[in-house]
Amino acid sequence: VLKDGLRSQVSAALKEGRVTPTELCQRCLALIKSTKFLNAYITVAEETALKQAEESEERYKRGQPLGVLDGIPIAVKDNFNTAGIETTCASNMLKGYISPYNATVVQKLLDQGAVLLGKTNLDEFAMGSGSTDGVFGPVRNPWSYSKQYKEKSVPKSHSESRESNWVIAGGSSGGSAAAVSSFTCFAALGSDTGGSTRSPAAHCGVVGLKPTYGLISRHGLIPLVNSMDVPGILTRCVDDAAVLLGSLAGHDPKDSTTIQDDFKPFELPSLTDVSKLSVGIPKEYHAPGLSSEILALWSKAADLFKNAGAKVVEVSLPHTRYSIVCYHVLCTAEVASNMARFDGLEYGHRSDMKDSTESMYAATRREGFNDVVRGRILSGNYFLLKQNYEKYFVKAQKVRRLIANDFVKVFRGGVDILLTPTTLSDAAPYTEFIQEDNRTRSAQDDILTQAANMAGLPAINVPTALSERGLPVGLQFIGRSFQEKQLLTVAKWFEKQVQFPVIQLEEVKRHDNGVFQHQKSASFS
Amino acid sequence: LAPWIPVVGLEIHAQISSNSKLFSGSQVQFAAPPNSLVSFFDASLPGTLPVLNRRCVEAAVMTGLALNCSINKKSLFDRKHYFYADLPAGYQITQQRVPIAVNGSLSYSLCIDNKMSQMVTKTVRIKQIQLEQDSGKSLHDDARSQTLVDLNRAGVGLMEVVMEPDMCCGEEAAAAVRELQLILQTLGSSQAVMAEGQLRVDANVSVHHPGEPYGVRTEVKNINSIRFLAKAVDYEIQRQIEELENGGIILNETRAYDSKLGCTVPMRDKEGKQDYRFMPEPNLPPLILYDAKSLPANMNHQQVINIDWIHERLPDLPRVRREKLVEQYGILPEHSFTLLNEDGLAEFFENVVKQTQMKPKKVIGWILNDLLSYLKEHSLTVKESPVSSFLLADLLNLLEKKEISSTAAKRVLAELWKGEGKTPLEIVKEQKLELLQDQKELEQICQEVIDGQEDE
Repeated sequence: VLKDGLRSQVSAALKEGRVTPTELCQRCLALIKSTKFLNAYITVAEETALKQAEESEERYKRGQPLGVLDGIPIAVKDNFNTAGIETTCASNMLKGYISPYNATVVQKLLDQGAVLLGKTNLDEFAMGSGSTDGVFGPVRNPWSYSKQYKEKSVPKSHSESRESNWVIAGGSSGGSAAAVSSFTCFAALGSDTGGSTRSPAAHCGVVGLKPTYGLISRHGLIPLVNSMDVPGILTRCVDDAAVLLGSLAGHDPKDSTTIQDDFKPFELPSLTDVSKLSVGIPKEYHAPGLSSEILALWSKAADLFKNAGAKVVEVSLPHTRYSIVCYHVLCTAEVASNMARFDGLEYGHRSDMKDSTESMYAATRREGFNDVVRGRILSGNYFLLKQNYEKYFVKAQKVRRLIANDFVKVFRGGVDILLTPTTLSDAAPYTEFIQEDNRTRSAQDDILTQAANMAGLPAINVPTALSERGLPVGLQFIGRSFQEKQLLTVAKWFEKQVQFPVIQLEEVKRHDNGVFQHQKSASFS
Repeated sequence: LAPWIPVVGLEIHAQISSNSKLFSGSQVQFAAPPNSLVSFFDASLPGTLPVLNRRCVEAAVMTGLALNCSINKKSLFDRKHYFYADLPAGYQITQQRVPIAVNGSLSYSLCIDNKMSQMVTKTVRIKQIQLEQDSGKSLHDDARSQTLVDLNRAGVGLMEVVMEPDMCCGEEAAAAVRELQLILQTLGSSQAVMAEGQLRVDANVSVHHPGEPYGVRTEVKNINSIRFLAKAVDYEIQRQIEELENGGIILNETRAYDSKLGCTVPMRDKEGKQDYRFMPEPNLPPLILYDAKSLPANMNHQQVINIDWIHERLPDLPRVRREKLVEQYGILPEHSFTLLNEDGLAEFFENVVKQTQMKPKKVIGWILNDLLSYLKEHSLTVKESPVSSFLLADLLNLLEKKEISSTAAKRVLAELWKGEGKTPLEIVKEQKLELLQDQKELEQICQEVIDGQEDE
């Protein structure tokens, strides 16, 4: 496991000249090319990336790097605005759309010298839990091609090739998770509305951080649900997530929902003593459909804390079972509203239908949006109708308050952090996943993650162990509002305990020369 | 025939006078080249977010205070959804649930029977004032079957002032709007020029018999001046009465005023009643305003608005100014109305008074009868007057010192009006308009005339 990968390894290597930003960039670009089958990237910004790398190199030569992120190749989910680089949201509506401005988080990364490799694949407009429903095709989980998975998976029949057995990356930030997992970048930005960063992180065996709502600016993040969206951070270790968080968090005058308080970036202490920690195990997260494997892992993790001296208590978040329905109402309502701007008039796809403005609007939206998006718009508009508003939207807002209060009560009762599974099972094979429709899948898969979005709380997926099928399984920590330092400190301790194995990918081996270190260590399972 | 009681309410949109728009930094400017004042947010580019403009909030608070409203210390923003070419986001950000100001009142005056000497004061209740975005403009080019969209106006801050149906006719509606216009201009919160679209009025009109419930109301739009407002309202009242007396019904519809034909016509049907699917605006936290009592100790004063601070700095409202003019100068109340009705006229009057010995009661006649009629005749504003207050004062001084007669003064004024740069004294000398005071000289002239006659 790459501990403190960015700071102590890559950044150090750059500073000491053991590797140059250009070399790093080129290697990542080459790896992207050879892992093209993963379909993790929609756009690879080769020219601009190399230019950024060159500029970074100049700074290192002068001994004036901008910081830890200078020269570090990163990827950005394709629902963040990037000036001059296509932003599609994996939708026909925005195919070819070149935004004139950078999202605040993108600008911050660029200002610190990060090298933007490209835009990663997602479910269309971030609606989905598999990264399977975008117009550029599904993302393949890199672990599908790992030695670990191949060794464990036995084709059900001779005709079924290993090729068709590939598993999903999870969604909707599947491209970002796959990009980080396959070593094509050192960190990636995702977004998280109902679990869209943590869930693919769990499936792809990487760290996925959902920060507290209001901590990181959403300016430039094309919204799904404004009141729940946050930019998500995907990295290979918890320390790296802390580095990214430090470079992104803070008030943005362009986003009125960011808090005003000063944010101080922090380095994570190496926690050795957890005896003062109180870990809550919410019983409702033993959800229907939770695999026995993950249940066992969750239990094992709880024991790990207990044996190390922490206080582990069962707690209750009684309104958890209403969160799916509540989320569905609020999400679709906001979607219906947010998507109203896509009319083909100012930007994006415009239909050839010219009979009238209205017919042009209708045709544009039918042509530009996939079924999932259109379905949510219709639902959302239904809930927002005058005669339905009180019954659905207002009711859901009230239930949301109850869900948020569940957490408040538990944290007030002395619990510092919650430990839960992130997903119900390991990644499903694509052919199996698409048997159910997007709405059903999303409803099922989001159950463990989206309460944190409803409550605005920070949460993180830490890769824990490999499943029987050789695929990653992660566990989730949920923390108190704006207590990312505590959350990440505990996550880092846990990460150290479990020693999650490094993915063994042919392609990575070929491109590696020691910067991506392989460690054979006892895995948690 | 049973009498009819007309009921008139008004929805007035006043464009806020500010440098930038309500939620974005693009400029507010009239008649700029199309789409030259459009920020990414105004164009609804995906991922852009609204940021509230402080000046717009202050303008709304000022206006609310001037209209005796309660200012809501917490108000909320909502999205009002509908699809239209001039509404890029597919929704307007407005304040539907809790607006910034409520429950106010506006006093205005009317002349009875067109006699300025008989003025009566009326009051209309202000239901609320809300902040909201203006839309862009769409121009339908039927020749080329296309619609042209200009987003310069999209996102400009508006104050919607809702006046309860306390008015009964066009004259009252016009007087109320006129007074509101003056108030807004005095405050500076809106320039309120109807011709430039800075003040837009929609009228809600219905009629009913005494003792019966209110009738079905229609909404009248496309009213471009205060004069047309009175006409539109009166026409609509008449139309409804005739319709009902002929056994017809009134539809709850929107009608447009056609100034050429002098009537209201149904507007193109918007496919039945619109459901705007109101939803809270999730990107804007509740707007919190403070007063002296509730102001937190160590808050960045750039980030807060103190209602009391604004209240203390309100300028004299028109009503107060009129009272002061009457008291200070001894002029009649109706004079004070005319003075304030004309932009800059009150200042002009006061400047003349300062510079002349003539009593204000006499000066006012020259201002309202002579100067004003010249201005009206030549369609000039006070600012554009070729006769400055200095010149007029100069002239009135000559009259006051009895160096010229009042007839002569009028001739001098006519000459001054040409704006050739001559002083009143120069004109008097040129045209030999001096009043002769010298007895001997007069006798000499008379003698000359008599002698002239005798020669014949």
